[in-house]
Amino acid sequence: MTTPALDVRSVSKHFAGVRALAGVSLELHPGEVHALVGENGAGKSTLIKLITGVYRPDDGEVRYLDEPVAFAHPRDAQAAGISTIYQEVNLVPMRSVAGNLYLGREPTNRFGLIDFRRMHRDARKVLAGYGITVDVRRRLGELGLGVQQMIAVARALSTDARVVIMDEPTSSLEPREVDLLLDVVALLRRQQVAVLYVTHKLDEVFRICDRVTVLRDGRLVHNGPVAATTRLRLVATMLGRDVDQIRRHGATTFADQQHEATGTPVLRAEGLTRRPLLDGVSVDVHPGEVVGLAGLLGSGRTETANAIFGVDRVDAGTVSVDGGSTRRWNPAAAIRSGIGMVPEDRKSEGIVGDLSVRDNIVLAALPRLTTAGFVSRRRQDEIVDTFIKRLRIKAASPDQRVRELSGGNQQKVLLARMLCLHPKVLILDEPTRGIDVGAKAEIQSLISELAALGLGVLLISSELEEVVEGAGRVLVLRDGALVGVLRGDDVSEDHIMHAIAQASEPEGVS
Amino acid sequence: MVDVRTRRRGRLDVLSFLQAGGVYLAIALLLLFNLAFTPNFATVANLRLQLVQVAPVAIVAIGMALVIATEGIDLSVGSTMAISAALLPLYLGYGTWPAIAIAVLAGAAVGTVNGSLVAFARMQPIIATLGTLVACRGLALVLADGRLTEIFDPVLGALGNDAVLGIPISVVLVLVVTGAAAVVVHRAAFGKRLLAVGGNRAAATLAGLPVKRTLVTVYVISGVLAAAAGVMSTARQGASDPSFVGLLIELSAITAVVVGGTPLSGGRVRILGTLMGALLMQLITATVIQHDLPDSTARMLQAGIIVAAVYVQRGRSRA
Repeated sequence: MTTPALDVRSVSKHFAGVRALAGVSLELHPGEVHALVGENGAGKSTLIKLITGVYRPDDGEVRYLDEPVAFAHPRDAQAAGISTIYQEVNLVPMRSVAGNLYLGREPTNRFGLIDFRRMHRDARKVLAGYGITVDVRRRLGELGLGVQQMIAVARALSTDARVVIMDEPTSSLEPREVDLLLDVVALLRRQQVAVLYVTHKLDEVFRICDRVTVLRDGRLVHNGPVAATTRLRLVATMLGRDVDQIRRHGATTFADQQHEATGTPVLRAEGLTRRPLLDGVSVDVHPGEVVGLAGLLGSGRTETANAIFGVDRVDAGTVSVDGGSTRRWNPAAAIRSGIGMVPEDRKSEGIVGDLSVRDNIVLAALPRLTTAGFVSRRRQDEIVDTFIKRLRIKAASPDQRVRELSGGNQQKVLLARMLCLHPKVLILDEPTRGIDVGAKAEIQSLISELAALGLGVLLISSELEEVVEGAGRVLVLRDGALVGVLRGDDVSEDHIMHAIAQASEPEGVS
Repeated sequence: MVDVRTRRRGRLDVLSFLQAGGVYLAIALLLLFNLAFTPNFATVANLRLQLVQVAPVAIVAIGMALVIATEGIDLSVGSTMAISAALLPLYLGYGTWPAIAIAVLAGAAVGTVNGSLVAFARMQPIIATLGTLVACRGLALVLADGRLTEIFDPVLGALGNDAVLGIPISVVLVLVVTGAAAVVVHRAAFGKRLLAVGGNRAAATLAGLPVKRTLVTVYVISGVLAAAAGVMSTARQGASDPSFVGLLIELSAITAVVVGGTPLSGGRVRILGTLMGALLMQLITATVIQHDLPDSTARMLQAGIIVAAVYVQRGRSRA
């Protein structure tokens, strides 16, 4: 076996007492494309940052070309030959292609000025090596994201990189651009560069990667050749499930009986398309039904929710509630027609931290509580009292700032904000993420309770358990498209994972 | 361990006291100082003069506070005052009140432009209003042909110099504006929207609030208040002076807002604090002048207060 280009030896990292990585090791060999996969919070970015010198490990060491290294800054790692290509293109859109390629190391003539002719000639030659033909004098911002990404790669490589780290390089690319990028990765392999390829997309793991490392909750849970594993096994490892022994187990507090979908759907969303993230997703929810939306990170779960709620503009698709639809679709219109949504990111999209619990609860109801510009204090207090009691929100008083509450109570405030509108459909995006066990149980039983009262619920969760036990019907997403619908007894973790893991060619759900 | 925590708590208490009441404390100290050491300070004439002088800044600062609460800023207020001042003599022929109405409407128009640039064109407030700052001062000079015009209008003169129950009309206006703004912020739906938009714009959007309308409205309010301040200044001087009226007032207004305890990061606002911030700055200038110290001393003192206010708020945003 060759000497690894990069050898990470049981590194650990804690942040404020919270474990981010625990004893993770990784070897990266020249000419190898190594996939690094894992769900949110698995520790992928922490690992990259430890390698490139953004963080120092608490424990363990990073060896590069058989020498222990501790870079003080990503710049130093880059200079030593470890290049990182981030998800978002890190270049200057207003500069020319060649200017970006040679940013900070432009060839100069004898007067110390930039030698544009040489720079353009060299840039053309370098890019041609990757099969990219583009006018190198054009401004980078005018080009497609795929080409920009490729130029970022070319820039990273022109510094004689021995190791290239790619952090979800295809997440915003069109399929054609993905092909182009993967060709470049293959080229790197032939040039004996070691590539660490971070991705959520199983297709790419099996298409381009030689080895795969799976992280979960900061620990290494799998490392081996890609050829020796299967999609299903990989999905199960990422999610922390045992393939051979998956059964319903009562760890959640959802009601046992799921209501059967009856009558006409209250929410009907059809052909939602937002390239390249969503491709023709259709969702319908009946009154009293909990529909689960499952899929790996980046599969389009949140994008589906945002499309239904009018947060993001879609390229195509329609949403109707109770048969009616509005021409101008935005969150205000969605709320008026009877949809409520509790967003995934509680802090940045949910709570208004400086406002009181009261103001946060009635925020969306303001238009309904206002007469002649003034908000009725009495009606506010009625609503606030009702929901603080009903959802058992623990706050010193309704006047307490919401930022001072625990995560679980903040989440309840957001639920109250939507429930006081008496919606017909409620979209819950990761309703129990990052909250304590008690609040989690309360929210889960509340969901069942609400459904029993006739509310339609679209439940998005990255915890399979929650989807399986909470939902009567589960839609499975992969790469922005619906790949399976499970109902009744078919709703199981096993079936969901099969649906996620099936190859791009349609095979039918189990 | 226990010791460390109590000490921390103690420091936090001092800090939060300064955040909430620092401006009141500073005013109280300055008043006490003046009562003790400044001759002829506690006379009705002097106090009235101080209040009349601070009135335009106070009115503009209240509007500025509302804009800053949405995480914005309005640099165009001084130029809006100039437009308002320039329009007055042009329309006084139709009567005093129609002329004032036109001046105030012009302020609303400038606010609409600012608000639209921020809400619809998604420009950064500092850039958008920097643009209108330059454009409006230019427009005002064109309207007035670049000249100072003396005004002999009895109604306008009365607005500038008369008093109600011994209180100068401009001071009455300040009190009315402050009271109205306080009611709007604490009781009206618009106030809640304002703070939600400034505190977390994404959340406000997802709650279905009319974010863009709220933004436009707040810049219109700021423009109207600036125009009113322009009318008051013109009335008091008995002359329309578009080259100099309101020059650099945006800086005094921002200072008053910040010193009054409103963070520039949006989502919170102190209306009474803003008024006090304006008063404090006025008191500093008055104190220095009455003790025959150079104006530069006043400026350095004010600068020190601004830095202190921002320092105290830095602690707040972390808390």
